[in-house]
Amino acid sequence: MNRKEIPAWVTYVLLVLAIAMCAYGVYRGEWKDVMRKAVAICMECIGIG
Amino acid sequence: MAKQDLIKHTRIRKAVQGGWGLLHNAHLAGFITGQIYQGPLKKFCVPGMNCYSCPGAVGACPIGSMQALFDARKRKFAFYVVGYLAAIGMLVGRFICGWLCLFGLIQELLYKIPTPKITVPEKADKILRYLKYIMLFVFVFGLSFFYRNEVNVGMPWFCKYICPVGTLEGGIPLVLLNSGMRAAAGALFRWKFILLILCVAASIFIYRPFCKYVCPLGAFYALFQKVSILRMSFDESSCVNCGACSRQCKMGVDPMKNPNSAECIRCGECVKVCPKNALSWTAVGKAKKPVIVKVAEE
Ligand code: SF4
Ligand code: SF4
Ligand code: SF4
Repeated sequence: MNRKEIPAWVTYVLLVLAIAMCAYGVYRGEWKDVMRKAVAICMECIGIG
Repeated sequence: MAKQDLIKHTRIRKAVQGGWGLLHNAHLAGFITGQIYQGPLKKFCVPGMNCYSCPGAVGACPIGSMQALFDARKRKFAFYVVGYLAAIGMLVGRFICGWLCLFGLIQELLYKIPTPKITVPEKADKILRYLKYIMLFVFVFGLSFFYRNEVNVGMPWFCKYICPVGTLEGGIPLVLLNSGMRAAAGALFRWKFILLILCVAASIFIYRPFCKYVCPLGAFYALFQKVSILRMSFDESSCVNCGACSRQCKMGVDPMKNPNSAECIRCGECVKVCPKNALSWTAVGKAKKPVIVKVAEE
């Protein structure tokens, strides 16, 4: 009854793409923007800003 | 035997959920001082919903970070966070929801309060399940990516107008601990507080309502359920159609029909209650028939 399964190679290709995307973001320095946002209290999150 | 297995499994899962929740909210001093953690770990996102404005949080919230990147980078894509979440989704799908998300655990604990429980009518349930994709594609991706005000500044729409996690983990402790914030809390805070109350109240009567209907992170991981490396396998030849698995599933999934449903949080309870081991965990590309079934039959 298992529905037609997605072939394994699709999984591996997508996984590599996801990792590459993340690595590209790191290369672009996006982690600095995440850091900047995360170390200050986010007024929107807490419902003030 | 299956019952004993299930009790043990549930205890282990609760311990993992709680332990993980403590681990990424380990800045306990923040709950006394009202100051959030500002160390280097904050550049990493945690895999579940956990507000980075929570005084205890030592990591960043992926949904908040995604929206912040859309703003900071002025409509340039958030490769770091989207790639990171996609990689997790490709590895394990919604396993994070079942095992590694504190807000999922909080809803489960609220559901344990002994009251009569509500079953949402099938039709309404089916429609409401799409709401979380609206949260993801309209609030997190759409509005946060495209909307800019007159001075070209965007905003995290989901965080600002919807997210009860931010109100519970960040808003309430900070407003309680900080008189300046208390003074600044106005209509928006009241709106978000009402949403939180609704979410908490609903969680007492409905199993994980935020996860089923609202959470954009759950919706994101759901996109990968069918292609992830970790998958659930159903062996039809061992199944005796007793229905124990679908009765056990509180997410409303029938694993016999759809073992890798987008709604499955991979808690593993159905696997434990199946008396014939017809359900099992597998990795993509591995033989589907679980070896344990053959041994049991011999
Ligand atoms: S408000 Fe919600 S989405 Fe935003 S950062 Fe906090 S927990 Fe994440
Ligand atoms: S659906 Fe969202 S809140 Fe629920 S467990 Fe998954 S990530 Fe956490
Ligand atoms: S189908 Fe099984 S693993 Fe998935 S949510 Fe339901 S009980 Fe948990």
